[in-house]
Amino acid sequence: MAGTAQTMQGLGGGRQATAAPSSPYAIELKGISKSFGPVQANRDINIAVPRGTIHGIIGENGAGKSTLMSILYGFYKADAGEIFVGGRPTPIPDSQSAIRAGIGMVFQHFKLVQNFTVLENVILGAEDGPLLKSSLGRARRELEALSQEYELDVHPDALIEDLSVGHQQRVEILKALYRQAEILILDEPTGVLTPEEADHLFRILRGLRDQGKTVILITHKLREIMETTDNVSVMRRGTMVATVKTAETSPEALAELMVGRKVLLEVEKKPATPGRVVLEVEGLTVRTDGVERLKGVSFQIRAGEILGIAGVAGNGQSELLAALGGIASAGGRIAMNGVDLPLKGHHSNGQTRRAAGISHVPEDRQALGLIMDFTAWENVAFGYHNAPEYQKNALLMDNAALRADTEKKMKTFDVRPPIPGLAAKSFSGGNQQKIVVAREIERNPDLLLVGQPTRGVDIGAIEFIHKQIVALRDAGKAVLLVSVELDEIMSLSDRILVMFDGKIMGERDPGATDERELGMMMAGMTEAAKLGKDA
Amino acid sequence: MDKLPRWADVVLVPLICLIIAFVICGVLIWGIGQDPADALKIMVQGSLGSTYAWGYTLYYATNFMFTGLAVSIAFQASLFNIGGEGQATLGGLGVALSCLLIPWPHWTLALIGSIAASALFGAAWALIPAWLQARRGSHIVITTMMFNFISFALMNYVLVNMLRPLGSMDPASARFPAAVNLPKLGDILGLVGIPFSSKNPANISLLIALAAAVGVWALMWHTRLGYELRAFGKSEKAAVYAGISPVRITLYALALSGGLSGMMAINAVQGEAHRLLLNSVEGAGFIGIAVALMGRNHPFGIVLASILFGFLYEGGSQLALGTSIPREVITVLQALVILFTGALPYMVQKPLEHLFALRRRTA
Repeated sequence: MAGTAQTMQGLGGGRQATAAPSSPYAIELKGISKSFGPVQANRDINIAVPRGTIHGIIGENGAGKSTLMSILYGFYKADAGEIFVGGRPTPIPDSQSAIRAGIGMVFQHFKLVQNFTVLENVILGAEDGPLLKSSLGRARRELEALSQEYELDVHPDALIEDLSVGHQQRVEILKALYRQAEILILDEPTGVLTPEEADHLFRILRGLRDQGKTVILITHKLREIMETTDNVSVMRRGTMVATVKTAETSPEALAELMVGRKVLLEVEKKPATPGRVVLEVEGLTVRTDGVERLKGVSFQIRAGEILGIAGVAGNGQSELLAALGGIASAGGRIAMNGVDLPLKGHHSNGQTRRAAGISHVPEDRQALGLIMDFTAWENVAFGYHNAPEYQKNALLMDNAALRADTEKKMKTFDVRPPIPGLAAKSFSGGNQQKIVVAREIERNPDLLLVGQPTRGVDIGAIEFIHKQIVALRDAGKAVLLVSVELDEIMSLSDRILVMFDGKIMGERDPGATDERELGMMMAGMTEAAKLGKDA
Repeated sequence: MDKLPRWADVVLVPLICLIIAFVICGVLIWGIGQDPADALKIMVQGSLGSTYAWGYTLYYATNFMFTGLAVSIAFQASLFNIGGEGQATLGGLGVALSCLLIPWPHWTLALIGSIAASALFGAAWALIPAWLQARRGSHIVITTMMFNFISFALMNYVLVNMLRPLGSMDPASARFPAAVNLPKLGDILGLVGIPFSSKNPANISLLIALAAAVGVWALMWHTRLGYELRAFGKSEKAAVYAGISPVRITLYALALSGGLSGMMAINAVQGEAHRLLLNSVEGAGFIGIAVALMGRNHPFGIVLASILFGFLYEGGSQLALGTSIPREVITVLQALVILFTGALPYMVQKPLEHLFALRRRTA
């Protein structure tokens, strides 16, 4: 291992990557301020990140985390303040200077060439000369060494498009390490990962820390902060409100710092009082590209209960939602309020599902739930644009009524800013989700399908959305909740079904199970789970 | 952040692009030994200098309005209809059949008949590629293009073998009866006391084109179909989630697009030629693409862009008549306008954004 590290240093060559060990801090920011027009994104930020630690930065969406990191990586120029790298004042006018200063960045949305190999992506922009042969050979040796050292497990010749999201992220980390990064910044790295992939990532990050690298982790997930970081800084509305040792704080305390008020992390709800059967599903199957993704799923949902579907992403939950929501054609039988619904053909679509009393908050709000270029009021009509209250006459839509309705919904659901004419893409993730949830819940459906209701949503909004879902249940409606966040499933559901490989592995009572048991079922181990329960 | 104000984005950027195109063309004219200022003067005078000249400009503009609107409707649904040429050709056939086969007592009825026939024929011609894409997955860019060639061959056959009057050597239909002749724009404006020459082909079709522009605007932003079209154009996946059928939208969008292209024939065939000629479209179908691009797919922008292209077209003819500058130079100018307004506005946008940001900071 030591040998590899030395090789890396040797290969560092002409670059001045390693900092003078005089300062105990890898990075210090002093008095950083930045405003965009009237909006002050960062206000007098001071932060010192000790060398060889994992430092978390949390804050709600729009708190200024990403702006701060963009300043650190040279995308924005701060209006005031200084950056010190390894104790030395280091101006960072562009990302090249950031790389030279030993700063590497892993973005939320990867910057990889899909049809290049891992190796080609890693050397892209860091080639030795016009001919690739020598750089490729050198990069291959180094990549293999890095890959082994940090348990990255990426094959240099694999094409990016063939890799899972988790692996692609590791390629981004490799890119940074190959450029001699001493300080690695990760922006919301687990938003796209499964729990296992996230755990693997955190193992990698700890490994990097143990080798003396400094990791800055930007996230809004408290659990990740508590599990992985050494210190944590909290941002709120552009200011740094606190920096504390992770061991000396609690999720509740951090949440309060982030939001500025007490936040309920646990969902408060009364016991369910299930009524009649609302949705009946029998032997539901879905094929995509010739592969059976949903392999005969049967269950029932009653009025006044939340049925949670747990599972690792990609085990048929998306297909289940698509089939129920009329997006994908399916086999089997579904009945809503005792009436069979078509599962294929042109009568099986989102319109007929909505008419049958099914509302759908899709998993991917940006690709499915919203038209990002449309205004908020146009999006409030999305899927319900044929509703009679939005029509002026047989020919024309009533845009004014629609705007008024949107204004009302924005008020009820606390969408910020409450401007109906603003494009959906201009809202933060949490507020986008509130628009979708408002649209679907305010229809007062008999059955609400919800996929990943709080993915990429900040804590304040999570609390709000959870409350709305529970309120709908308490009003005697049925809810089908699909989420990869076990916490969310455990705290919201009245019954839990675990899916694995397109099948239901079993049903559990959230009060009588734990994450460990569900985790094993999610990995396909029913017998083990049963044994564990019996024992 | 450093965004342009809306007026600059909509007005200033295209204007600067236009000026750049003209300057480059000026250099070109100067390079072949002519005086650019002179050329510009001839162009402006020849196309805008008198109501007679305006008439020609507006006549061409009318064609471009129809085809530009046609392209823009399909474009809103993210469908690229480059078959305007063929659809307009078929629209011409519709107009000719309506005018020749039905003994219309008055031009108003004939006009209604022509609108229906041209829209129907154009729409039907566009529906075939639309159906092929929606149901069979053949790409519409390829098929609409191929349908242009099929329409030319079809027109050739129909004119030579079916519509050609006995003994005529011309591949053209018989003249339409005088009763179906459309009123000239000059006559209409004369009614409201505006003096305007009627010795040019501008006719009532211009008003129909303007009405069509208003209609398209209302359709796109005030009806459910328009809403669905735009939603589908932005994201097909999301449209399916909302229960919008891709097949239905593809068919509707292309039918509307083809219908509008076809309606161009009211102007060119019934309004101007009074008979069906072999090439009555004269490239207006393709210019429609540029018009839609420059008009930013908005009916109002398309009307303005159509007038600009009408000016370029008519001014170009005047240039070819009045100077020894070859007609091709005008084609170059048109190409430059398309290039700068359609493909290169970013080149202008970025520096402008900096300029505006600078002004804001000093203010």
